[in-house]
Amino acid sequence: MEKDHLITMANQIGSFFKSYPDQEYAANEIASHMKRFWAPKMRNMIKDIVATSDADSLDDIVRIAIKKYL
Amino acid sequence: MDDTKDFGTPKKNNTKTINLTVDGFPVSVPEGTSIMRAASEAGIGVPKLCATDSVDPFGSCRLCLVEIEGKRGYPASCTTPVAEGIQVKTQTPKLEELRRGVMELYISDHPLDCLTCATNGDCELQDMAGAVGLRDVRYGYEGENHLDSKKDESNPYFSFDPSKCIVCSRCVRACEEVQGTFALTIDGRGFESKVSAGNKDFIDSECVSCGACVQACPTATLIEKSIIDNGVPDRSVTTTCAYCGVGCSFNAEIQGDKVVRMTPNKDGGANHGHSCVKGRFAWGYTTHKDRITSPMIRKSIKDPWQKVSWEEAISYAASEIKRIQSKHGGDSVGAISSSRCTNEEVYVVQKLVRAAFGNNNIDTCARVCHSPTGYGLKQTLGESAGTQTFDSVQKSDVIMIIGANPTDGHPVFASQMKRRLRDGAKLIIVDPREIDLVDNSVHIKADYHLKLKPGTNVATINALSHVVVTENLIQNDFIKERCDLESFEIWKEFVSLEKNSPEALEQETGISAKIVRDAARLFASENNGAIYYGLGVTEHSQGSTMVMGIANLAMATGNVGREGVGVNPLRGQNNVQGACDMGSFPHEFPGYRHVSDSTTRSSLENAWDVKLQGEPGLRIPNMLDEAISGKFKALYCEGEDIAQSDPNTQHVTHALESMECVIVQDLFLNETAMYAHVFLPGSSFLEKNGTFTNAERRISPVRKVMEPKNGYEDWEITVMLSNALGYPMKYKHASEIMDEVARLTPTFKGVSYKKLDELGSIQWPCNDESPKGTPTMHIDEFVRGKGKFFVTEYVPTSEKVNGKFPLIMTTGRILSQYNVGAQTRRTSNVKWHDEDLVEIHPHDAEERGIIENDWVGITSRSGETVLRAKITEKVQPGVVYTTFHHPESGANVITTDNTDWATNCPEFKVTAVQLTKVSELSTWQNQYKDFSKKQINLVKKDDIKVD
Repeated sequence: MEKDHLITMANQIGSFFKSYPDQEYAANEIASHMKRFWAPKMRNMIKDIVATSDADSLDDIVRIAIKKYL
Repeated sequence: MDDTKDFGTPKKNNTKTINLTVDGFPVSVPEGTSIMRAASEAGIGVPKLCATDSVDPFGSCRLCLVEIEGKRGYPASCTTPVAEGIQVKTQTPKLEELRRGVMELYISDHPLDCLTCATNGDCELQDMAGAVGLRDVRYGYEGENHLDSKKDESNPYFSFDPSKCIVCSRCVRACEEVQGTFALTIDGRGFESKVSAGNKDFIDSECVSCGACVQACPTATLIEKSIIDNGVPDRSVTTTCAYCGVGCSFNAEIQGDKVVRMTPNKDGGANHGHSCVKGRFAWGYTTHKDRITSPMIRKSIKDPWQKVSWEEAISYAASEIKRIQSKHGGDSVGAISSSRCTNEEVYVVQKLVRAAFGNNNIDTCARVCHSPTGYGLKQTLGESAGTQTFDSVQKSDVIMIIGANPTDGHPVFASQMKRRLRDGAKLIIVDPREIDLVDNSVHIKADYHLKLKPGTNVATINALSHVVVTENLIQNDFIKERCDLESFEIWKEFVSLEKNSPEALEQETGISAKIVRDAARLFASENNGAIYYGLGVTEHSQGSTMVMGIANLAMATGNVGREGVGVNPLRGQNNVQGACDMGSFPHEFPGYRHVSDSTTRSSLENAWDVKLQGEPGLRIPNMLDEAISGKFKALYCEGEDIAQSDPNTQHVTHALESMECVIVQDLFLNETAMYAHVFLPGSSFLEKNGTFTNAERRISPVRKVMEPKNGYEDWEITVMLSNALGYPMKYKHASEIMDEVARLTPTFKGVSYKKLDELGSIQWPCNDESPKGTPTMHIDEFVRGKGKFFVTEYVPTSEKVNGKFPLIMTTGRILSQYNVGAQTRRTSNVKWHDEDLVEIHPHDAEERGIIENDWVGITSRSGETVLRAKITEKVQPGVVYTTFHHPESGANVITTDNTDWATNCPEFKVTAVQLTKVSELSTWQNQYKDFSKKQINLVKKDDIKVD
């Protein structure tokens, strides 16, 4: 799976939840969505991305969600 | 009840009962019932010709006269309602004399060719002549008559022979009352009276070939050509249509093992005796010459196919899967099942993947259509399904249709909806195109058409909700009692923001704020508001958001949990609902239970005697991406044609080419099969037992009408593959699979073939609390407990128009064709639609120098294709539209791989394109033609043939 595609998917999920006033709740929901619907390999890839400079392509809340809750 | 019995007039549902006697027998019927029906229910047949119980009585034939004790004259029993205490006589010497006189007149202008007539033995006129004891006709044929009237053979499926017409108006009334098209009329007066399709041949008229007129005709005037060719059937099997998500019940009428006619079942819970051109007539594909009935294998897609035995094909497929898993790992294989398959078939495919493949890499074509429905409704209401029955629409006061075109996509339900609209329900349509229901002549006209720009659904639903909330049109009591208040308050605050007002969003959506406000007020002010939606909602990057937005609006206005209201996804294919119910998604077991749910997993592990994975598997787009990355190497694809139906065709075919083993199970060498290494011939819906579940959660039986031409029902093939892979499945009949589903799935606990035989169909949940099923969901309480509101921020799609791609292309389907067209293209339905066209607004066409029928190049960021132009104001300026029924059209060559954020459902409905006038096909189309021709030539001609 291409990195860019995964980043796009992650940011799309983020764009839905980030409208919630409680950003902690939003971050948790982003990670929860990935856990429920993404295959482990995809989750591992996105976690790896967060650890590299590609993380800049992720929205802040998505990055937080992955680091903190995934 | 015998569904073939004609009671003469429709059933009445009044609670008050009327008592009378008919020929001395006491009869009790609901108030309003006709004397004819009361007699018929008591087993007393009154002769009739112009009456049939699918349409209101007309009282024109004068054959059904009766006598009522103490009353003067001879009233027509079809138009005379019962009255308390009346004593009716249906047989007296005077009545016999009158009826014989009437029949004599009819027969005097009717050809006496009964012995050679196609309906000999199945003709009401013939029956009535016998019933009234007609022995002589005193009037000869010397006078004026209609015997030389010219036949209209223009329709491919039925013939119209006016010489046999008795002008009873049954066809005209069926066209009006049952179908709601009003294509037929009685032209002229007196002797000149004749049935007319608007003074045109049927094929050129407004007729939609639903068959209602043919069904209603009491003579051989309107008759199926298959009956003319074959004669009348000798037996009948009740089964379920394999086309759209309406799930019509049909009687397959047979001679030996040959189907000669499909007639709609009057007792069908979804269709009540109605049909459309596909289900009624387009079943010839089941014996089309293109069908492959022998298994075939090949090492490479460049090799010729080798016809092999079933044992060899299954053994080869299993050995390839084992080899690939051993070399590339357990997760390198997966399967895709189809909504065209039965519940039992998709159940065993997902079980095969989870138990024999040992992973959760199972997905289904709902991924590319209604996966956002499953997600959105589960989140908000608690169950991944529509809330109502189709009949519920009869109690709606206002109907909102969003992104659906029911007259084309779900025609039989559309007829029911039109009936309610003619009776006064209001109509709001949210659609970029002017679908038929927007202004369907004088009979149907939408009160509001919110002609939004493609891709702005969420902005529109937010604007509607903004009005409902800020003008205090919400149902506070309902919300307080039924909904999660914390989520409601957050949502309320969100939609109240000025940015969500109709005025703020006017430019984005293209809809005037006033229309949005008026539509919202209308929807919220009527007692019963129902929302119906289709793929125009789901196939967007915010498809799931929109589904949740619809649920939010329904809850806020108190429109869930009773008849006449609800959130109603119109499912595209016959078994989309069922395929999802049966656990065909990589993250869910049957019954929408997440794979991480250890209780469910443990229960299945015990029943299946195997260890199951607790993590989600790959979705279709993930499988394709992984294939291109070299990590996903084998696919078992049953009944689905991803090379035509899925977006970005080049990406799909590249992925298929990258795999080492593609196993396709299908009726035909479809587009995906051209990239396959194993072809397992499938069985048609007429050749198997099983069940389909329609859009209203109605599980209906599919019954074997004839033996499978390929030798096996599809579930048997999957079982053979599983056994060859070392995971034994021991089902002897499809019913045993449903028994297992019922044992292991709480919402199906009460379902069995025996109960289906007894009840005809069952709407799930069917369990101890609801042993006969659940027509309306969420009564008193939502499945999830409290209904949950979600914030639905509008996020514009990343697929933007610009100078290079200034138009938005959206896609849809038409009445005569079905999805990828594999079935309907192999029927006479091509007479109505033999190629996909691109619809373009006159303004856009003029700017580009395009005129009707020009070849037009359509270029997007994904690719290019060429179609002929159709200039129409049905599309708005800046928007073009096409269908995707023909593979050579390459509609999905253009669509992008943008997907819904939650489910990866493709954004089929929004593609930025440019149109230019061209003179030849696109490069892709030329390559496709070459490739397709080569692939067909790799099959020995003898192998593509069905007797």
